[in-house]
Amino acid sequence: MAQAHPILENSGFNPDKKLKIVGSSPIKHDGLDKVTGRAKFGADMFLPGMLVGKILRSPHAHAIIKSIDISAAEKLPGVKAVICRDDFPEIKAGSADGDMTRNAMAREKALYDGHPVAAVAATSESVAKAALKLIKVEYEVLPHVIDPVEAMQPDAPILHDYLRTKGVKGADKPTNVVERYELGMGDVEAGFKEADVIVEREFDTKPMHQGYIEPQGCVAATTEDGQIELWCSTQAPWVYRDRLSNILKIETAKIRIQQSEMGGGFGGKTGFYPEPIAIQLSRKAKRPVKIALTRNEVFRATGPVSGTKSRIKIGCKKDGTITAAEAELIFQTGPFTGSAFTNAPQAMFTRYALKNVKTVSYEVVSNRPKVNSFRAPCVPQVVFGVEGVIEELARKIGMDPIDFRLKNAATEGYKTIYGDVFGPIGFVETLQAAKKCDHYKSPVPAGQGRGTAAGFWFNRGGETTGTLNIGIDGSVTLILGTTDVAGSRISISMMAAEELGIPVDKVRAVMADTHSLGFNRVTAGSRTTFSTGMVIIDSARKAITELCKRAAGIWGVSPDAVTFEDGFCKPAGANVGSFEPLSIAQIAAKTMATHGAIAGHSEMNVTGAGPGFGLHIVDVAVDKETGRVDIKRYTVVEDAGKAIHRLQVEGQFQGGAVQGIGWALNEEYCYGKDGRMENPSFLDYRMPVASDVPMIDTEIVEVPNPRHPYGLRGVGEVPVVPTMAAIANAIGQCIGVRPQSLPMSPPKILKLIDDHKAKNGG
Amino acid sequence: MAKKYHITTTVNGDEYEYLCEAQQTLLDVLRDELQLAGTKEGCATGDCGACTVTVDGTMVCACLVLAVETDGAKVDTIEGMANGNELHPLQRSFLELNGSQCGICTPGILIAARELLKRNPDPTETEIRYWLAGNLCRCTGYDKIIRSVQAAAKEMRGA
Amino acid sequence: MDVRYEAPQTLEAAVALLAGATAPAKILAGGTDVIVQMETDLIEPSLLVDIKKIPELRQITAENGGFRIGAAVPGMELMAHKALNKAWPGVLDGVKLIGSIQVRGRASIGGNLCNGSPAADSVPPLIAAGAIARIIGLKGTREVPVEQIPTGPGKTSLAKDEIIVSFFLPARPPHSGDAYQRFTPRTEMDIAVVGVGVNLTLDNGGTCTAARVALGAVAPTVLLVKECADALIGTKVDNAALEKLAAAASAACRPIDDKRGTKEYRIKIAGVLAKRTALAALEVARKN
Repeated sequence: MAQAHPILENSGFNPDKKLKIVGSSPIKHDGLDKVTGRAKFGADMFLPGMLVGKILRSPHAHAIIKSIDISAAEKLPGVKAVICRDDFPEIKAGSADGDMTRNAMAREKALYDGHPVAAVAATSESVAKAALKLIKVEYEVLPHVIDPVEAMQPDAPILHDYLRTKGVKGADKPTNVVERYELGMGDVEAGFKEADVIVEREFDTKPMHQGYIEPQGCVAATTEDGQIELWCSTQAPWVYRDRLSNILKIETAKIRIQQSEMGGGFGGKTGFYPEPIAIQLSRKAKRPVKIALTRNEVFRATGPVSGTKSRIKIGCKKDGTITAAEAELIFQTGPFTGSAFTNAPQAMFTRYALKNVKTVSYEVVSNRPKVNSFRAPCVPQVVFGVEGVIEELARKIGMDPIDFRLKNAATEGYKTIYGDVFGPIGFVETLQAAKKCDHYKSPVPAGQGRGTAAGFWFNRGGETTGTLNIGIDGSVTLILGTTDVAGSRISISMMAAEELGIPVDKVRAVMADTHSLGFNRVTAGSRTTFSTGMVIIDSARKAITELCKRAAGIWGVSPDAVTFEDGFCKPAGANVGSFEPLSIAQIAAKTMATHGAIAGHSEMNVTGAGPGFGLHIVDVAVDKETGRVDIKRYTVVEDAGKAIHRLQVEGQFQGGAVQGIGWALNEEYCYGKDGRMENPSFLDYRMPVASDVPMIDTEIVEVPNPRHPYGLRGVGEVPVVPTMAAIANAIGQCIGVRPQSLPMSPPKILKLIDDHKAKNGG
Repeated sequence: MAKKYHITTTVNGDEYEYLCEAQQTLLDVLRDELQLAGTKEGCATGDCGACTVTVDGTMVCACLVLAVETDGAKVDTIEGMANGNELHPLQRSFLELNGSQCGICTPGILIAARELLKRNPDPTETEIRYWLAGNLCRCTGYDKIIRSVQAAAKEMRGA
Repeated sequence: MDVRYEAPQTLEAAVALLAGATAPAKILAGGTDVIVQMETDLIEPSLLVDIKKIPELRQITAENGGFRIGAAVPGMELMAHKALNKAWPGVLDGVKLIGSIQVRGRASIGGNLCNGSPAADSVPPLIAAGAIARIIGLKGTREVPVEQIPTGPGKTSLAKDEIIVSFFLPARPPHSGDAYQRFTPRTEMDIAVVGVGVNLTLDNGGTCTAARVALGAVAPTVLLVKECADALIGTKVDNAALEKLAAAASAACRPIDDKRGTKEYRIKIAGVLAKRTALAALEVARKN
């Protein structure tokens, strides 16, 4: 076991330290390019001789591919390469790499509407499109299955003959159930016996798309000696590189990936789609190839979020103490495993100090695009149910729902279901802040309903690298590996400036290509500002040590006799001698004469991420004749540990909440009987537009995470975790019955209203 | 070779000549022929507004205009929004108030907001929201976009 | 894959191009449907006839106390026309709901109609208004009520060589008002689940003397529903009349289940929306 990194053992967090830069909101350095149109995203790269790549996709949800004839397409003038499954190395089905290569390009079978089956590179888009029409694919169409519960039935069409359920002893028949996962603690039966009130409900949620506005776009260029350069929009350059290396059988040193600016990802750009195809086309055509997906392709074939079915049961005593909780969960994952569904049982109740919990979860394949990550993968779907049951219990025993949560809130020292023991956490403070905020204190407007819901996310660390370079004038550049998804460059620059005691304007950060730094884990799970921040702070501290050494050399004293404070090297005490403090710029100006450039570099597997908690409050109005829900007021209260850049933290809260509003009210995939997606466009997928939502009020709670030098916690995931639950709870208050199915679209809400009326005698 | 049309269009004050196929959209040509990639493609079906530009002063989605239709027209894109080194007040307010997160929708939203403020220098929050309804943003939840537009409007009114 | 683009300056030239086309031809007005259909490979025309350079298609003029509107006038120009807004606010309600501001910078009511969608927002209020389309073709000019143009989803009664030149909206008697409302899950950028256009005239005592009600998105074409009009005519548009109207609207629906709404839901909402739209039209009529 390698020794832990010193900064992971002791972050140097000091709650009394007066911060100059951290906690303010300077203009982000990459902002100027974004408001002037200069910022280069995935599709914005142009190389000489570049070809246009286009992908032929399966129109069938489930079909054996009997043959593919590309000869006619190859003959069309202007076509430079045509590829299909034969152009990818054979990798055993059922392995991680086998799944990955089959998702990139169908092999034995097409497994969903939109599954790539062939691709062309041509001199123009119109030629490429014409060539696609000349590719002849012979399919044997098979029965398909879209719904996960149907996919679990014994007579369901089987996607993979080799699949056996993991976690079930003696499973020997082909199945669509990838895994059965049980997680629990304590004695649930005894717990329910203690309960005065038990509520048990069933819920379902639909897959939603991450909805990034930038479709995946990439340019691949290859050389005669087998080197590959790939420009693409990604949250995970190193992960892409390593996986591409595995499935294309090219060594990692020959694949250089440069991440572009990323036009939204939210988890959806953690796995590749057109990239391996662009590479193989480029290798065959010997020219650079650009592929920019269309919106139709994005919807039909890139990662949505798992749809779920869940049954949730919670019991409590009259005083509000929860005695037991139980859940059965089903997750739809598309044709291949990879939903990260085990997050759900780990996180769904975590925030309440429960002792008795039992959960059983299933991951199920079906003929839909492979799911991909989305903010707090698989957790918001089940919290939709949990927080509904929580509010129902609170109301049944006549307790304010926030007080009910306070009664059960986990605090420091609680041992979670996944084994971690909570350090200092801010759930109680978040709930208290929510109770005190103007929104919660103000009366519910007439005719409206108010709901609340709480959420939790682990927050992540992981493998991270970074470099800090000091220029000869004392200004500083940062080389970061993690993708900037929402302003991490400025937040990390702020922390570097704070450490070095220089203005943030003297710092500039760039996102590295995969040749420039060691492995960085995917930018996801609210880990980037935390982890890359740690690495850069560590780099800054190393650079400071070096600065002190240089100052010591200039002064002719021992390095121990020099301290660093507010951007200056100073003698550590009066006995060192009388020297004027040296600024970073003054020392840097002498690097030629001392030992050359001054830099700090760090790589570590970052640990110590502080869990995040949030509470959402929402007021809704419901048109009782049409079932249409209008979000009238919305407040996000969340613990950021320490907000590094306040405006960006608010932006995370607001953006997450509005994505949740879309998921709650209208977003869903509609499939026809033929297994084809019927609404693969922004028009019919119905994400919220500006006029659909109100201002989103935010309340940043700051309970520091002492494992980070400035106390920060990730803030990207929690903002979407409670949203759908809060809205459902509010609708329930408005119409008298709490919805249990997403999306809460007008027809479904109207039916609830009408059924409720009929039941209660009109 | 596909039949091509010879088109002359003034973009951001500069005259460009190019050849295009009839089915190529203004968006295709701006990006791929003129390499003015500040105009973004989010959907190519007029549903997201990321490609918002003006053609002879009318705000349109560049993906819903054929390039051949713009022969002799004046097109204005995000690349022409700043006046030399001087940013438009909207560009500045979007920077200062974080109205742009990932930035992919920003060029289209800035053009749309500019056209709004030309017609209505003091829009209400609701008017801004409805005017920008054709511009999807998935990052911000729109809050900081609305505030950025309000701040720029106030500055431009000299209030 | 070769596409030819023509932008004739006269109606005669446009008709000749369409009549002479040997492969699929498409009329290009605002292009907000045609270009999307090309982009998504739903249509592959070999000839595009851009009709926006023909003066008759781009003008709004006064005629016999009413208005003649060029079929290719973009929505934003219609919305800026004060007199038209005052006389036919319901028609403009429909125009305002076509796509976004960007889309309305190009989209026209001629295009909205010829696209043949039963959910087209400007069509129910045009039908309710009694708008007459002027159509030109090889055989000359004909005047056709708007409700006779759509024949099914994506289909119209126009011949291959025919173009809609303009729409005539008649003079308004006193105490007349029209309105259009639609139901969509989102506030904007959506396709009507149901749309209702109501146009009515009151006498001096407030009794409805004439009415036309058109329903969108509830059948293969926009429906002009006589039973709905009958529910209003002769009444003061009171609650009883509104209930009859709602029932007639729901009864007239022949909808489908699709991604935009279920049959059952559309039938119910048609009634709700008919009432709401009639009240909106009534309010306008009372002011005029």
